[in-house]
Amino acid sequence: MQIENKKPLIVAFCCNWCSYAGADLAGNNRLNYPAEVKIIRVPCSCRVNPMFILRAFQRGADGVILCGCHPGDCHYTSGNYYTRRRMALLFSMLDYLGIERDRTRVEWVSAAEGAKFAATMNDFVEKVTALGENKRLEDLRCKK
Amino acid sequence: MRKCSLSNLSAVFDKISENLALYIPVDTNGGAKFEKYESGMVMSEALNTVRSAKDFFFPQIEDVAAFKVEGKNIEVVDTRVIKDDFVIFGARACDVKAFEVLDNVFLSDPVDSYYANRREHGIIFALSCSKPVETCFCNAFGIDCTEPKGDVSMWKTESEMYFKANSEKGEKILALVADLLTDGEEKVVESEKAKTKEVLKKLPLSNLSPDKFGGGKTKEYFDDPAWKSLSESCLGCGTCTFVCPTCQCYDVKDFNTGHGVVRFRCWDSCMYSDFTKMAHGNPRLTQLERFRQRFMHKLVYYPENNNGLFMCVGCGRCLAKCPISMNIVKVMKTLGGKN
Amino acid sequence: MQKISRETLIEKAKELLQNGTVSSVLGWKAGEFSYDVTPATFNSVEELEKDFVYNDFCGANFSKYLVKATIKAEGKILVFLKPCDTYSFNQLLTEHRFNREKVYVVGIPCEGMVDVEAIRKAAGEGIVSVECTNDGLVVDTLYNGKVKLAEQDVLLERCKVCKSKKHVAYDELLGDEGEVIESKRFDEVERLEKMTPDERFAFWQRELSRCIRCNACRDICPACTCEQCVFNNPKSGVENKAAANSFEEKMFHIIRAFHVVGRCTDCGECSRVCPQNIPLHLLNRKFIKDIDNFYGEYQAGAEVGSRAPLVNYTTDDIEASDAVRKGDGENA
Repeated sequence: MQIENKKPLIVAFCCNWCSYAGADLAGNNRLNYPAEVKIIRVPCSCRVNPMFILRAFQRGADGVILCGCHPGDCHYTSGNYYTRRRMALLFSMLDYLGIERDRTRVEWVSAAEGAKFAATMNDFVEKVTALGENKRLEDLRCKK
Repeated sequence: MRKCSLSNLSAVFDKISENLALYIPVDTNGGAKFEKYESGMVMSEALNTVRSAKDFFFPQIEDVAAFKVEGKNIEVVDTRVIKDDFVIFGARACDVKAFEVLDNVFLSDPVDSYYANRREHGIIFALSCSKPVETCFCNAFGIDCTEPKGDVSMWKTESEMYFKANSEKGEKILALVADLLTDGEEKVVESEKAKTKEVLKKLPLSNLSPDKFGGGKTKEYFDDPAWKSLSESCLGCGTCTFVCPTCQCYDVKDFNTGHGVVRFRCWDSCMYSDFTKMAHGNPRLTQLERFRQRFMHKLVYYPENNNGLFMCVGCGRCLAKCPISMNIVKVMKTLGGKN
Repeated sequence: MQKISRETLIEKAKELLQNGTVSSVLGWKAGEFSYDVTPATFNSVEELEKDFVYNDFCGANFSKYLVKATIKAEGKILVFLKPCDTYSFNQLLTEHRFNREKVYVVGIPCEGMVDVEAIRKAAGEGIVSVECTNDGLVVDTLYNGKVKLAEQDVLLERCKVCKSKKHVAYDELLGDEGEVIESKRFDEVERLEKMTPDERFAFWQRELSRCIRCNACRDICPACTCEQCVFNNPKSGVENKAAANSFEEKMFHIIRAFHVVGRCTDCGECSRVCPQNIPLHLLNRKFIKDIDNFYGEYQAGAEVGSRAPLVNYTTDDIEASDAVRKGDGENA
């Protein structure tokens, strides 16, 4: 396949209070994770509207990962509990429509888990790379 | 008059499609639909396609230009695709008449070059109706469904398809398949037509007439109190306008691709709340006004500007598809019945 | 055929109009043919007697009409609700979309509504008239003469798998309160779940690509009552009048279905009105099935004021990754 050399584009929505700091910590500790991961900081994982995820795919993302605080640790008490329900239903729906299930993921990463952040990203990028380019949720107009 | 047996029709399709793109109506889960012919496809028996044939010349969405942004430079790219000729096989008389309605809009000055381009390349094989249904009322608008216009007129009998070229374009295509055709008798077609005409008389809407409408009747109908009850349950969806072969309103929009802009036009519907939205606000605030616009346009405004030609061809699609079953026939009967 | 007659309903409406309980009636109005029934407001007994109908073609759900009608109405509005309509009614009340005080609900029994398209398929094109009789429909056609059809064969999809004959909201009942019934409505969803992702993708690609973005599904939906839909809002960045490609078709339908998660009562209006026969109910039912599966059974509109699953949580909810696996029955 000709897309083999093309690096995937990964969008990571990270909660300001945990995973975003986790990404920072990964950096401080010199832990490697692929540069294909583009982080978008959100005030809470539950800020992420399903539309954000679809729009990321539209604009060329090959995988979208959503990182929030561990259940019970939400800065706003319960935001991530809502995230969990929403994403459970949304991802199940995407799967139902035949979209590859490894293109989306939710992961709980705290501010202290720099290593987990790097490991998660490495694993996610690997899975998405294996899937190749996002074809099923692509918008041809947005392709360069 | 030329003919071929129905069993030989696929050979005709194969031959035409070897030379140029051919579109025929085929059955799908959602009803009949024009699709590009590929060997093995079977032509639908349905009276009409769910979406009209206007899509060929005025597609739901069409890119008109693209803008490439690099640094401080903007390059305008013409996205027009010069099309090769294509054949629309099996459009009905109503849809073909609708092209005339669209032509008046798009081909009068200033000419819409996108439409003109497609129109020039389209070759229409129009098929006479043999089994009109209860929602048909093309008769009311002076259309003879047994005498379809187009580049080639066609009639279908139990076992044969008859062809008659009306234009040079049509003759060219028939010449392509000349080997597959034999001479047909006018008589057979005439008796077929007569049969259909008998059915037409029996149709429930056979007595419908637009005589009470036309140019110059704006004042008569605009403030009619009946608009209220007619429009009260209108959902404001765009079904009627999108299945209509004559509705021709569109919107021009820009889409941000993330690395440039694509300018496209897409169908719009006067039933939508933002249809007339402008910088200063929206002059049509209620569904009544939007609903009235659609029917006044078809029955009064358009004929006023186009020598009395109505902007409805009686195809009956809106009758079959409106979610609340409100349609032009009910409007004509309600408003016209009073005068 | 419906068990309750048009005359009974007119009689009831007449009584309520005359004793001043209500000032207008929301009902079905006869059309040109036997089947093209339009929702309408009736203000007098004369209007009712002239045009009111109740037959097998009265599928329209009036609940959403109440949102606008109650704002304008001076007196009370009489509305006839079939069992499935009452769920939407409750759901709208839960969302405070109209004033309950302004509505007088008469619950009417429903034997299932029929689908004109199905009749066309079964009896042939050219329907001159349809007579609903005790033992089925007698369809008079232009080309096949009189055709007898069993009602069961031409029911609307939603009625074939009717989930409830229970009236969950009413001021008065004509007939029984009814019962929630065993339904096979998730069978088709399960069939899809069992397919491979490629097959599912092909299925939805084929179905959704027919979408013409007429918005009828949204505009008829009793759960879609936003003042301005995100897809109509130029500032939202996703506004689109016509879906330019398969991405936009998918986005519209995913987001629309997601927006009504936990609020969709599965009334089936979206599929009923779709001019392209897209099985939109299969999207909504997937969400309903998942909710039942992940968070316990929940029927939107079963009661007023219930807390929808997406505005609720428990600390041990299923994780998204497990949900996807459970969704297709792997761990179910």
